[in-house]
Amino acid sequence: MITIHNLSKSYNGVTVLNLEGFEIPRGQSFGLVGNNGAGKTTLFSCLLDLIQPSSGYIENGDVKVHESEDWKTHTASFIDESFLIGYLTPEEYFYFIGDLRGENKADVDALLATFEDFFNDEIIGKRKYLRDLSKGNQKKVGIVATLIGKPDVIILDEPFANLDPTTQIRLKGIIKQMAIDNEVTVLVSSHDLQHVTEVCERIVVLEKGELVKDIITSPATLKELEAYFAGNEIVTEM
Amino acid sequence: MVKQFISLEWKAFFRSASFQTNLALKILMIFGVISMVFWLAMMGSFLYFGLEKAKLEPFTTVNMFMIYYIVGDLTIRYMGQKMPVVNIKPLLLLPFKKTKIVKFALGKTVLSFWNWMHAFFFIPFSIVLITQGFNPLGVLVWHIAMCCFIYANNFINVFLNDKLWLVIGVGALFALLGAAQYYEYFDITAFTQPFFQGLYEVKWTVIFPVALLAVVATIAFKYFLARLYLDAGLAKKVSQASGGDLGWLDRFGKQSTFLKNDIRLIMRNKRSKTTVIMSIFFLFYGLLFFTGGAGGMYEGPFARMFAAVFVSGGFLFSFGQFVPSWDSAYYPLMMTQNIAYKEYLKSKWLLVVIATLISAILCIPYVYFGIDVLLAIIVGGIFNMGINAHLVLLGGAYIKTPIDLQSGKKAFGDKSSFNLKTLLVSLPKMLGPMALYAIGHYTVGPMLGYALVAIVGLIGFAFRDKVFDQIIKIYKSEKYKTLEAYKQTK
Repeated sequence: MITIHNLSKSYNGVTVLNLEGFEIPRGQSFGLVGNNGAGKTTLFSCLLDLIQPSSGYIENGDVKVHESEDWKTHTASFIDESFLIGYLTPEEYFYFIGDLRGENKADVDALLATFEDFFNDEIIGKRKYLRDLSKGNQKKVGIVATLIGKPDVIILDEPFANLDPTTQIRLKGIIKQMAIDNEVTVLVSSHDLQHVTEVCERIVVLEKGELVKDIITSPATLKELEAYFAGNEIVTEM
Repeated sequence: MVKQFISLEWKAFFRSASFQTNLALKILMIFGVISMVFWLAMMGSFLYFGLEKAKLEPFTTVNMFMIYYIVGDLTIRYMGQKMPVVNIKPLLLLPFKKTKIVKFALGKTVLSFWNWMHAFFFIPFSIVLITQGFNPLGVLVWHIAMCCFIYANNFINVFLNDKLWLVIGVGALFALLGAAQYYEYFDITAFTQPFFQGLYEVKWTVIFPVALLAVVATIAFKYFLARLYLDAGLAKKVSQASGGDLGWLDRFGKQSTFLKNDIRLIMRNKRSKTTVIMSIFFLFYGLLFFTGGAGGMYEGPFARMFAAVFVSGGFLFSFGQFVPSWDSAYYPLMMTQNIAYKEYLKSKWLLVVIATLISAILCIPYVYFGIDVLLAIIVGGIFNMGINAHLVLLGGAYIKTPIDLQSGKKAFGDKSSFNLKTLLVSLPKMLGPMALYAIGHYTVGPMLGYALVAIVGLIGFAFRDKVFDQIIKIYKSEKYKTLEAYKQTK
């Protein structure tokens, strides 16, 4: 579904991303982990054509993202608050996204109804503007909005950050469900190793822009990752 | 400690995104400041003699209009002068005394250009008064009183911060009073003139302005101090969502999605509300032009054409030139959604055109000043809708200043919103219709002049889609730069 070809990005001679390339097949739930500055958000931004790579390119469903905008019809994403429109209420925002994705009000309402638990009665019908919601609630809105219009690819940057424990658990359920149900390719980045290993079938570790690990998730993955990030990979017994 | 504050401010100023804009802008800004200073200094130096020539008692006349000068200053300040919000939140936890933070923030406003520019008027004027044989001590006292009023305005502006309607009310009240005076219904200066004059004649009365300044400064200080809490002045205001679902807009078809958003944008954000209010002010510029006011500077058929474009174009100029910057806060969203640029542009265009139409209709009462004026306004409106509506959107495509929707300030000529390209695109907006009119006026007569402006305006409609394609090209080619620029929030 997504193919990365010799992708690199550098700012003033400093390389922040340098990937030889890999492929993410359709339906895979893909996790991206790495410390701060590893290049996770840069990779996602390249994928969404928000920044131009210095070399190489990305294909999303046979569309080169920097050449055509056709990928937008089947891709949804939530990176940060700049994906929310502060002066709208959550409902208005959902309908707006729905309009752009060709879903009518009833479709959107039907989708929202299934997230009643997730919203915990703090989002819908409160007549509050998005800019006045707490960070966690903003994140919930952004995440649910990516599900409108049944996209094939969903990209979420740090979806677990700022969420309360209950919501984290519910979100894990949602992501797992998507991976199983409808052949959706989900790309998630996170600092939380446990969450990622739980929801992702495959995990890629970035460090300083380079791919250092590409693992198909197994029961041993969490340990492996923990060992890697603790910096004593060699001494652990696998 | 003050040294640290100053160093913080220094860095904030020189490292801000708007400072690092292009050279042309800086030159323009400096030019603007110099010309402002120049005009004030000229006025201060020659007003006395000018009034004398006009057979008016100069000092009395100045005192008569002083009330308008001071209220006008306050209104303009409200629009233009920025609040002294040094990055306060991070300072709260550091070992500063709160009073110190407030003193510094207020002290900063004292040094503002908005205060010392008046010196260029009052100092030469006072000197002229003394050379003309007025009592030096009296003039000095009067001068000090004026300084007090200007600084009182400075502090009033601090606690007026959020009271937009109050300021508009006061501004409108004085506009009415001015009109009442002009038509000799009621003369407020009959009450205020003796007071200002009295400051010169009865010297001890200076304690009133001094006391006013002291009181106002104390209020500003307390106001600020009391709001130094995260849940008070520094808190984000939480407001109830307003406005219905705007379903009636669905009749506009595909554009309705964006149109709804735009209307919400305008209704729910401070910055855009200020813009709308400003465009209402534009409607009244006509009074200046068509009545032969301002010393007859604006008389003549070309000035009339200029004014005609101006009065109906308020919203067009103040809103249109910032497309797509209005959407800067969520530009990444727009760039990753499946957005048809054309529909997006059309919706903004529709908004601008409707607003221009409404403005033109509201200008119909100007027919009072002659049928020529009405004709000029009608063809000016057509030109605005047919040509300027596109040009303004084209110019906006080059503007990469992020807009902070929640701040009401800076709506008056956003410093960083100028660059050479926008300036070039702007020129034909005003000069175009004037030139067209001139061609007609000098060959056949005024009627051909009006006809030419109207015809070119109508032809403009036909090229709408061509211009849109061009704008879309710019949007696409500048996409990454724009995204980068919009990330800068200050």
